[in-house]
Amino acid sequence: MASETRLPLDTDLPPDGERRRDFLYVATGAFAAVGAAAFVWPMINQMNPSADVRAMASIDLDLASVEPGQAIKVSWRGKPVFARQLTPAEIQQANAVNVSTLRDPQTLAERTKPGSEKWLITLGVCTHLGCVPLGAGQGEVRGDFGGYFCPCHGSHYDTAARIRKGPAPKNLEVPQYAFKTPTSVTIG
Amino acid sequence: MSFPWAKHYQPTSDLGKYMDSRLPLPRFVHGALGAGYPTPKNLNYFYNFGVLAGVALVVQIITGIILGMHYAANTTVAFDSVEHIMRDVSGGWMFRYMHAVGASFFFAVVYIHIFRGLYYGSFKPPREVLWMLGLVIFLLMMATAFMGYVLVWGQMSFWGAAVITGLFSALPIVGEAIQTWLLGGFAPDNATLNRFFSLHYLLPFVIFGVIILHIWALHIPGSNNPTGVDVKGPQDTVPFHPYYTAKDFFGLGVYLTIFAAVVFFAPNVLGEADNYIPANPLSTPAHIVPEWYFWPFYAILRAFTTDLFFIPAKLLGVLAMFAAILLLFFLPWLDTSPVRSNSYRPLNRILFWVFVAVCLVLGVCGGKPAEEPWVRLSQIFTAYYFAHFLIITPLVSRFEKTLPLPNSISEAVLAKYGKPSPAATAAGVGAAAPQPAE
Amino acid sequence: MVRLGALAVGLFFCIAVLWGAVQPRDAVPRDPIKEAHEHPEQIAWTHNGAGNLGVFGTFDRGQLQRGFQVYKEVCSACHSLNRVAFRDLAALGFTGPQIKAIAADYQVPSVDENGEAATRPATAADRLPLVYANETAARAAQNGALPPDLSLITKARPDGTNYLRSLLLGYRDKVPAGLTASPGLHYNPWFHSVFIAMPPPLVADDQVTYADGTKGTKDQYATDVSVFLTWAAEPKLEARKQIGVASILFLLIITGLGYLSYKKVWADIKGKGKSA
Repeated sequence: MASETRLPLDTDLPPDGERRRDFLYVATGAFAAVGAAAFVWPMINQMNPSADVRAMASIDLDLASVEPGQAIKVSWRGKPVFARQLTPAEIQQANAVNVSTLRDPQTLAERTKPGSEKWLITLGVCTHLGCVPLGAGQGEVRGDFGGYFCPCHGSHYDTAARIRKGPAPKNLEVPQYAFKTPTSVTIG
Repeated sequence: MSFPWAKHYQPTSDLGKYMDSRLPLPRFVHGALGAGYPTPKNLNYFYNFGVLAGVALVVQIITGIILGMHYAANTTVAFDSVEHIMRDVSGGWMFRYMHAVGASFFFAVVYIHIFRGLYYGSFKPPREVLWMLGLVIFLLMMATAFMGYVLVWGQMSFWGAAVITGLFSALPIVGEAIQTWLLGGFAPDNATLNRFFSLHYLLPFVIFGVIILHIWALHIPGSNNPTGVDVKGPQDTVPFHPYYTAKDFFGLGVYLTIFAAVVFFAPNVLGEADNYIPANPLSTPAHIVPEWYFWPFYAILRAFTTDLFFIPAKLLGVLAMFAAILLLFFLPWLDTSPVRSNSYRPLNRILFWVFVAVCLVLGVCGGKPAEEPWVRLSQIFTAYYFAHFLIITPLVSRFEKTLPLPNSISEAVLAKYGKPSPAATAAGVGAAAPQPAE
Repeated sequence: MVRLGALAVGLFFCIAVLWGAVQPRDAVPRDPIKEAHEHPEQIAWTHNGAGNLGVFGTFDRGQLQRGFQVYKEVCSACHSLNRVAFRDLAALGFTGPQIKAIAADYQVPSVDENGEAATRPATAADRLPLVYANETAARAAQNGALPPDLSLITKARPDGTNYLRSLLLGYRDKVPAGLTASPGLHYNPWFHSVFIAMPPPLVADDQVTYADGTKGTKDQYATDVSVFLTWAAEPKLEARKQIGVASILFLLIITGLGYLSYKKVWADIKGKGKSA
């Protein structure tokens, strides 16, 4: 319709009504796009952990009160962490295993810090579907291999918290940590 | 589309053609805000404020959704969660200030938009429904802003909620029951906070829906213009895109610059210090005052200090405050002058500016404590507010001598530049009048 | 019909409101409190930058640390600062180990192995502890007065930073005629009711020995602690201004480009109008 009726205003414009995209328009558009992008970043970033949550990302743990053969359970980044002092017998038991036969081959030494091999610090999250295994608390079942036992689907972990039996695919995860003194450790 | 010369949408790409026969969204946008919407070519900067209001709403919705991710609507932690946003959430302070300042800017823009409509007679036929939809948006905005202010759960939030819901208790017989129902209790408490959060999240989307109706109603008769004269033909209009998109882009830049200046350098200048004190139901602030955009209405509410016969002053105030807004719905039938624009109504133009001044004075009075001289001032100016719409406007619109109108928008534009254009006059004769004259 | 109805409604409201306007007013008695009340003294603050306008300017780290020291040694006896975490003190220029050491001096509520309420030394992640467990305990200890938490105090009072400094320096012995201090209240014309329950907290020069060697005077203490509490109320003030300046510069450029584009787009319409 409009193309048939040649009306004055339309004739003022180039035939198809399209305008020459000169440098000015491109610059304006590009600048606007940059500004929009710059504003989108804080809108995304606000969903990241807030400062108070980040402040809890690393915690100090005092192990002085943990007896050999005992474990304590602490919460770190919203998940349980097991810190266990292994007895010499448990260390021996863990080292006696032929690593190549394991589902997730790792030695005890690889899962502890040099000089502090008796401290086994792992996440208390079963690598199967994320339940909290038993074995860290007083009198809890420790499974067929004397470590941890996940009651949800029957995963058994040994004294190095390695998966030995049951559906879990991996050993219990070892978080990042460092000893500050022989009995105090910073996790995270 | 009411304009036969409106540019038709022609998809150029294959994808465009594919979509056009399935979901013609580009066609819709083309007609609503694109080259397919012929717009009077003489719109001034006051006509930017409609688009600015839309942008202000979008800013509120985006920042509001972000705040909603971190806010907790529970009286024990609501204030703490706001401070958590201000201190710990990445960029949280920025979004919170944008949201708080943004509410003020939204109202400022909408007030200018409304006064522009009053000055140029944009509420007159055939745009009455457009005007009334705008008033519905305004009412929804007031409700949304009020409830949002309560969410902070500071002292002014709490006592604002108490005072505003207390207005309903002025109604005879059912008043108390209504107030209790609104609050979900006998004072603002958890139930109040939760329902206000729920509704504060909902209403902006309702506003968004009414805005779509508002724009729809705008596109039927098309935009009014500073002459108030109907569009007579294509020589009177330019396509919305690129002409008004370019102008709105510039206007938006100016708006955002001012907005950023307040957000980043004076974010609390429009707020009340008392709202940084957590709500305390046992201690009332010395001076309860709403946000500035409610001040004129607050002044009207407080102006009624004496009972009239059997009607208590409090009820009179509440009725007057609601009437002050509701009477705007009747404006198209109160101002019956066939001339829309005040540019051609010398007497009404003066009265318009008097009315603007009256609103400003009422605003000042509403922000002051209920002391003299503010009370008497607000009484006199409240009387004028009602007289303006209900008595003066109907009389003036009937008896006023108006100035001769230009024959067309083009003629008015050319008169401004001083020379007639042969092309425009030649085209003006042949062009079809798109709508019946008044 | 509409006009007649409007006339009736309009007259109704006009008469109702003007009836109130013509009523005689009760004489307003002199209010000695209002007359005695003082407005905060205005001084220039480094964090308000050039012209005290609040556009530029950053906090003086040394001053913030001094203010924190005044808070710790004077105010914190009664006033908590519970919205500030020890980790936030990094903004004052303290290092991680320094913050840990500061935190370790404080005890925060905890639970011992028997589930009993206990305390433990605070960590950087903790917030500064409350002084009183709750409002009742505070009032009981303070003769019925409630020392407010100071985390937001400069934002919770109009012109807060100036107000706080004026208030701290504003204790006067001489009570104006017509006013009498109730027992336990102190005359301070900067307080909203001019009688404040807080005894003068800054009593002497050299009350606090500054770690950085700055000479201790009452004025210095009041100024430093006001800046510190301004930071505590608005810890993002510096970031806000930096982002603000960058945003405004960007918006000015894009608005300028937008204006040029707008003029160019309209050149054919306006140009024709002018020349044709």
